[in-house]
Amino acid sequence: MSNTPNANCEDCPVHNLGNLTKLGINMSQFDFVVALAGNPNTGKSTVFNALTGLRQHTGNWPGKTVTRAEGGFVYGNKRFKLVDLPGTYSLLSTSTDEEVARDFILFGQPDVTVIVVDATRLERNLNLVLQVLEITDRAVVCLNLMDEAKRHNIDVDARRLAKDLGVPVVAAAARQEEGIPDLLKYIYEVATGAYVCRPHRLERTAPRLEKAISELTAKIMNEFPNLPNSRWIALRLLEGDQKIIDAVKSGELENLSRNTTILSVA
Amino acid sequence: MKTTNKESILSAANTLRWEIGEHIHDSLVESIYADANQIASRAVTVPTEKPRFNFDKRLDKLITSRWFGFPLMFLLLAIVFWLTVEGANVPSAMIATFLVDTIHPWLKGLFTMVGSPWWLTGLLVDGVWLAMAWVISVMLPPMAIFFPLFTLLEDFGYLPRVAFNMDSLFRKAGAHGKQSLSMTMGFGCNAAGVVATRIIDSPRERLIAIITNNFSLCNGRWPTQILIASIFFGALVPAHLAGFVTAGAVVGVAMLGIFFTLVVSWGLSKTVLKGEASAFSLELPPYRPPQLWQTLYTSLIDRTAIVLWRAIIFAAPAGAVIWLVSNIHIGELSVAEHFINWSNPFGILLGINGVILLAYIIAIPANEIVIPTVLMLTVISTKLTGVGDGAGVMFELDEATAVADVLRAGGWTFLTGLNLMLFSLLHNPCSTTIYTIYKETKSVKWTTVATVIPTVMGLVICFLVAQVWRLITF
Repeated sequence: MSNTPNANCEDCPVHNLGNLTKLGINMSQFDFVVALAGNPNTGKSTVFNALTGLRQHTGNWPGKTVTRAEGGFVYGNKRFKLVDLPGTYSLLSTSTDEEVARDFILFGQPDVTVIVVDATRLERNLNLVLQVLEITDRAVVCLNLMDEAKRHNIDVDARRLAKDLGVPVVAAAARQEEGIPDLLKYIYEVATGAYVCRPHRLERTAPRLEKAISELTAKIMNEFPNLPNSRWIALRLLEGDQKIIDAVKSGELENLSRNTTILSVA
Repeated sequence: MKTTNKESILSAANTLRWEIGEHIHDSLVESIYADANQIASRAVTVPTEKPRFNFDKRLDKLITSRWFGFPLMFLLLAIVFWLTVEGANVPSAMIATFLVDTIHPWLKGLFTMVGSPWWLTGLLVDGVWLAMAWVISVMLPPMAIFFPLFTLLEDFGYLPRVAFNMDSLFRKAGAHGKQSLSMTMGFGCNAAGVVATRIIDSPRERLIAIITNNFSLCNGRWPTQILIASIFFGALVPAHLAGFVTAGAVVGVAMLGIFFTLVVSWGLSKTVLKGEASAFSLELPPYRPPQLWQTLYTSLIDRTAIVLWRAIIFAAPAGAVIWLVSNIHIGELSVAEHFINWSNPFGILLGINGVILLAYIIAIPANEIVIPTVLMLTVISTKLTGVGDGAGVMFELDEATAVADVLRAGGWTFLTGLNLMLFSLLHNPCSTTIYTIYKETKSVKWTTVATVIPTVMGLVICFLVAQVWRLITF
């Protein structure tokens, strides 16, 4: 069952959904790990269910998903493991759910991080997107709830957004399964490296901070040459983030830069 | 060599941190907000004309209003319970007839035919099978009605509004406003509620939320509340009002649970868990029409089936235990009767009886089996004849009135019923929840606190109610 039924249509964008095999919780021998991040109440679990065929209960309040839920799917002959992270507004504070989400994106090293955002509340949702893009350079933004946005006469320019963020942006209405084919296509392309993201990185306004970051980044690059997010690590070290300090000490960061093993995060 | 490099990174970070001062976090947040604002303003076009009528806003004003918020909450809960009480009777009786009246004798015949010894037949057919049959017939119909209704309310977006209404109360109690969310989850299952406290940042407030979660009536306890309320409260009024009074009594106990949640939270935050309440922002999500079929599917398959399965798993060994304690004799009496006779004076003092105390010990793994155990033990201890199938045999009584007859024969009064409902609200969490509390807090001390507080409260409150009741009625 791991092969897609209609191999001829594999590269045809029209048949994207035909290429999708929902695996439920059967996730053995996956090729790629996809993390699903987003604010609470943006339809993250709906996207999760649409991709995996699972029926995780969706509710719309913060705290609905407090642990990771996992599921699998096959697309374009590749097996994907999808990890639904707790819904959070930010990755900067210290609550357990935010830590679970951040640790997975950082230490779990997903091949793609899908960030589900609410099209009707884009500005607030972008706070999380920008934070995720600081950590990883392989992301796809799922601009969900486009149907609600339309109802409120809010127009969101997905192409403009994609240009500014430097990652693919898919307009979607996951409840109606709209946009899921495109989302799959971009997840596949980013995972396989066919699409190379150039994620937006924050500009520091304070020159003293900028100088400190570059100095520290240089040192980190020296020690961990292949780290995709050395600037972010530098910033966390400057802030005195104990978990990151420990990761430097124990050499866990080294594992990240080698990009060979996928660490499980407790 | 490697280690020195790492240390040089860390020491450089330390030095630089002092150089740039304390404002890194603020300046980071500022730049995130600035960029988000800029990017959003380029991508989003909002309508220039404001919509004339905003349904969501109007509805929120009503649901979260100072005057209507709480009455509306009581009313919605009462309607859900009323539908559950009224709807569950007939299917419950049908399932019981099938599993107990048809399958049970057939199984017994089968065991006798293959020549199994009497004790094995007793243990498996009268103990294990009947315990499972009872749990299925008592729990399945109410759950199949209650869960979808509750899930529909959830999906519509009502729960965050409940949290919004409760927030100020929790803050006054020195707890976190988000505790109202984990408390609401506890109405489904306390173990799930305890896990849901992960949304609370501060460890102090999270502990308060964990310790008090048991005051939310869980699934395993709703059927007990509903059955006892319909026997002892519903019977006080004419038949056509019984459903309302029953639902009202159950809502009353649930509200009492919320009251204790607040009082205990307040007590903890003023004594062992002192500290300031932290601020947070709670988003009121837009109302969304529930996905009816999917909701029915998820709540029936996921919640109902999972909870029922758990109940069955715990009921099976408990059934065996019940059969054993009532069939192993020391001298003239069975182990169960010894315990009941010994603990009865203590039970009476609390306004309950020895049967209920023993039932709560046997039912530590799962609250669901309290009522079957109580009934069975009552029959043995009063040596009732004409009901049930002998010692240690749990049985089903098709009508609530038949249950009432057994209980009255066992010496039950209105006070016994009332105090059983109170004790069902206030006693130790089930073993799954206790284990979950330990996993979440990683502390034997706090797990013990969370187990002992409600039990002691239950004993004290039952005692006080019994004394007051006896003062009034004598």
